[in-house]
Amino acid sequence: MPFKRYVEIGRIALVNYGKDYGKLVVIVDVIDQNRALVDSPDMVRSQINFKRLTLTDIKIDINRVPKKKTLVAALEAADVKNKWESSSWGRKLIVQKKRASLNDFDKFKVMLAKIKKAGVVRQELAKLKKETTA
Amino acid sequence: MVRNLREVNRNGNGRRETKVVASLEDGVGVDEKASEITIKGLFYDFFGFSNIYQNLLSFLPKIPHSKEQESILRSSMAPKQRTPHATRNPDLIRGVGKYSRSKMYHKRGLWAIKAKHGGTFPRHEKKPADAPIAVKPPKFYPADDVKKPLVNKRKAKPTKLRASITPGTVLIILAGRFKGKRVVFLKQLTSGLLLVTGPFKINGVPLRRVNQSYVIATSTKVDIAGVNVDKFDDKYFSKQAEKKKKKGEGEFFEAEKEEKNQLPQEKKDDQKTLDAALVKSIECVPDLKSYLGARFSLKAGMKPHELVF
Repeated sequence: MPFKRYVEIGRIALVNYGKDYGKLVVIVDVIDQNRALVDSPDMVRSQINFKRLTLTDIKIDINRVPKKKTLVAALEAADVKNKWESSSWGRKLIVQKKRASLNDFDKFKVMLAKIKKAGVVRQELAKLKKETTA
Repeated sequence: MVRNLREVNRNGNGRRETKVVASLEDGVGVDEKASEITIKGLFYDFFGFSNIYQNLLSFLPKIPHSKEQESILRSSMAPKQRTPHATRNPDLIRGVGKYSRSKMYHKRGLWAIKAKHGGTFPRHEKKPADAPIAVKPPKFYPADDVKKPLVNKRKAKPTKLRASITPGTVLIILAGRFKGKRVVFLKQLTSGLLLVTGPFKINGVPLRRVNQSYVIATSTKVDIAGVNVDKFDDKYFSKQAEKKKKKGEGEFFEAEKEEKNQLPQEKKDDQKTLDAALVKSIECVPDLKSYLGARFSLKAGMKPHELVF
């Protein structure tokens, strides 16, 4: 019931609307009740409404409004990228992106692979069924 | 000797205006404006001055001033009489000409007036025009005057090939009896249509022409290096000229229909040779053969605008 992810300086958030959709950003300062100052290694530091952010579990250790160099160093030290990509949320996003970028031929190959896997599974299941009935 | 007879007038605005009424040049001619003025003079003449003008004109030798008449004269006489040209420098406003001194120098041709031409602008004799060929009067005059359509000399540009379509691309055909088939693109013909083949053994699509608009280009490419497509062009695909059908009985017609349906053996051989090389390179890529054999279809959840081909 209590909140676990807080808006604080150093909180990593995912942008869920707008020009920077899908990017991971660091909350670097809080402007007022609705807006935060947000920064990322590949974007210009800018303000964004909290409604456009989804907080993640990851938090890094930075001072209020650090220089870009310091920010990048802090992100490296906390190994944010790997933490994110190994989290289940991050993995889901990666899979979604991969599926969306699949070629027509790739989709065909995926379909063949699915059919093959289903066939193997069905064989095993049939074997197990046989054992239980027998 | 007074060269020009000028008329000084006050025009409607009350401004003084000078016009050359008549001029005596070396080859005397009468200024075009003079004749205008004389006609005008008649209308504005409440004091009988037009008589004076008319009398004066009668003293001047009557030389025609229209350009056509001048050219006739020129061909029969020595080319020396020239009517003075109306000023080549139109006024932008009174006192300011449109062209500068250097531009006027060029316009008047002063650069060409050389001693070797006798101190005048060089002129060339007109070439005698060929006598017009006698035209026979037509046998038939249509009753109504029919308007001729305007001449249209526009040439259509060859269809621009999409950047995503290169030789060897796998295309998805969207319409016709082969809709949904995945097919290999060979080349663009001069008519703009795309030459395409199944290959025939894999999916039943023969060497065929297809319009670019009815095709989705995928990003899958097949190696087309060993294939020679030079002999195929639009003429290859044209309908065979029908033999003249004699008006015979029904039995005759049936026999001829059977002949038409057969594909000439030559085309079958072309297909075979082309496909042989193509199938080889297709089999090098795993699953590509079954991919080309399968049809494409939109399924639930597929959004065409989000699909990456």
